[in-house]
Amino acid sequence: MNLTIPAFFGRIAFSALAALIGAVFALPLLWFLFAPFNAQAQMGLAVPDPWTLSNFVTVFGNSYAVQALWNSFIQATGGVILVGAAATLAAYALSRSSVPGKGAVTYVLLLFSSVVSGSAAMVPIFLIISAAGIMDTHVAVILTFAGGLLPTAMFILRDFIDSIPKSYEESAMVAGASPVQAFFDVALPVIRPGIVVVVVWSFVNIWGSFLIPFVLLRSSDNMPASVAIYSFYSEAGTPIVTLLAAYSLIYSLPVVALYLFVSWKFGFRFFGGIKA
Amino acid sequence: MASVEFKSVTKSFGDFKAVSEVNFNIGDGEFVCLLGPSGCGKTTSLRMMAGLETPTSGQILIGGDEVTHLHPKDRNIAMVFQDYALYPHMNLADNIAYPLKVRGEAVANRHGRAREVADVLKIGHLMDRLPSQISGGQQQRTSLARALVYPAKVYLFDEPLSNLDAKLRLEARGFLNHLQRDMGMTAVYVTHDQAEAMALATRIAVMDQGKIVQYASPIEIYRRPATTFVANFVGNPPMNLVEVDGTQAGGQLVLKGEGLAMAGLPMTDAIGNALASSSKLTLGVRPEHLSLTAAGATNSISAPLFANENMGPESLVTIDRGEGARVTARIFTDDHLHVSDQVSLSFSAEHVHLFDAMGKRIPAVGE
Ligand SMILES: Nc1ncnc2c1ncn2[C@@H]1O[C@H](COP(=O)(O)OP(=O)(O)OP(=O)(O)O)[C@@H](O)[C@H]1O
Ligand SMILES: [Mg+2]
Repeated sequence: MNLTIPAFFGRIAFSALAALIGAVFALPLLWFLFAPFNAQAQMGLAVPDPWTLSNFVTVFGNSYAVQALWNSFIQATGGVILVGAAATLAAYALSRSSVPGKGAVTYVLLLFSSVVSGSAAMVPIFLIISAAGIMDTHVAVILTFAGGLLPTAMFILRDFIDSIPKSYEESAMVAGASPVQAFFDVALPVIRPGIVVVVVWSFVNIWGSFLIPFVLLRSSDNMPASVAIYSFYSEAGTPIVTLLAAYSLIYSLPVVALYLFVSWKFGFRFFGGIKA
Repeated sequence: MASVEFKSVTKSFGDFKAVSEVNFNIGDGEFVCLLGPSGCGKTTSLRMMAGLETPTSGQILIGGDEVTHLHPKDRNIAMVFQDYALYPHMNLADNIAYPLKVRGEAVANRHGRAREVADVLKIGHLMDRLPSQISGGQQQRTSLARALVYPAKVYLFDEPLSNLDAKLRLEARGFLNHLQRDMGMTAVYVTHDQAEAMALATRIAVMDQGKIVQYASPIEIYRRPATTFVANFVGNPPMNLVEVDGTQAGGQLVLKGEGLAMAGLPMTDAIGNALASSSKLTLGVRPEHLSLTAAGATNSISAPLFANENMGPESLVTIDRGEGARVTARIFTDDHLHVSDQVSLSFSAEHVHLFDAMGKRIPAVGE
């Protein structure tokens, strides 16, 4: 490489700037990795001395915090199962059958979906849930999330299924399979990478969401971890940094684990592709 | 094995008639090719036999039983798709054995049977591979194996060879021909390649714009094309069609056209009827029935040379009669012909085909 002197310094300046920007983003992450293992963690970044698990011991000693993780798991898993199953079946029907105006249906649903799980619809959702008599239950949270995530999930999956040749199921049916058999034997395995994308996406969405459980749940027994993080504040409203840091790390692990598992098992192949 | 019958079958998509009022009958053990240009309704017809498309009106019978509204799974047919439709998540063994699986065969049985068929098709050593891990030719044979693994009443093929290269296509065509003679299967084979249809079919149904124009044996279609459309579709290269003016003189038919020198042809009633409505006729001569001759010979057609293509043992000599009206001859020649040389091509009267102003064949003497 032959660089002129100005170009050379230009490169150095650019790299330095890039490194600086990178550092700005890396610092909170470093804090996030260091603080949980530091018994004297402050808001400032510091290397733990000594490294300790005492923060985690305290967190796991807090039954409310542990229960909240379990609640998060129930709500996220319930929501994912509902969204995954319903979106797959609905998207398959929308893609394969000749329902008139099916394109319009999907787009209208998609339009409304951003409203349902957004804060604008909080009051009506609150009223509906309360009228249905399921206030302060996991079901309320699961149903609300399903309503909000389903349209987008259907949209992603329909696009995915549209790109899969119909001849797969047709050849199965000509060979003697019923439509249900053709769906489970042939279509479902081919659609699976798309379903995985939807599952991961909705899990992350539900797991990280604060507002909906905060509004729809009352008792601390039902609160998910995203809300429980609030309990690591003192009476005066200042955060208890040590516990907060440890709990945040635990809270983020399932999502990281899910990504790792999925990319190991399925490799996030988009062989259908998401065009939208 | 069973027969197939179409009774005035129509299939419309909206206002558009993809297949219109089609009647035909495929005998038990026949190998019928549906031949025609793109969009003429071949695939639609085939899919209606399979039950993947429901006719707008009309009836379809398989083995004498009406199946018009029967689900594909209940028709006991086999089909090879143009894109092969191999299940990407199953290895070849499971792909080929799938029809047996849905028929409730035990794993050992169905894999054994799949292996037998695969061995015949020379893919037996690939049974553990996924479809993405084998070549196009092997995929084609896998889809064939999946269709042959169970006894079906009718075998349907939708351009199964069109994704293969020329050499593999010839090989697969030979294999299908052998198979048909061996099994005596009833088969319907869609193609737009007339050579494929000629080589495989016991009868060819030539389709155009949703209708069957001619349904006859390959040799009949070659010798006596029913319309100018069929004449122009079949043959390699297809029949030359020359627009001529016909008049009756002294009990003979005299044909006049640019560069054409012809002796009178014997009059028949059919010719008389055609002339009664219009003097515009079409003269057809196949390229293989033309040969080089001296200028001015009787039964010849002359024009400047347009192209001389060497095809190996033979040459395609094309002359241009102006306004894109070209005539091609397939001849064995070492002659050096140059562009714009005046070339005369002669033919004998027995090889002349005549079509009326509507493009319908005028039967020759004795037809
Ligand atoms: N599902 C459909 N909706 C609307 N029109 C259709 C549909 N399927 C086929 N057609 C139309 O019907 C006509 C016949 O189609 P078909 O697929 O049978 O043609 P083909 O003879 O098989 O042609 P090719 O050789 O190109 O495969 C075409 O003009 C096509 O556009
Ligand atoms: Mg077709």
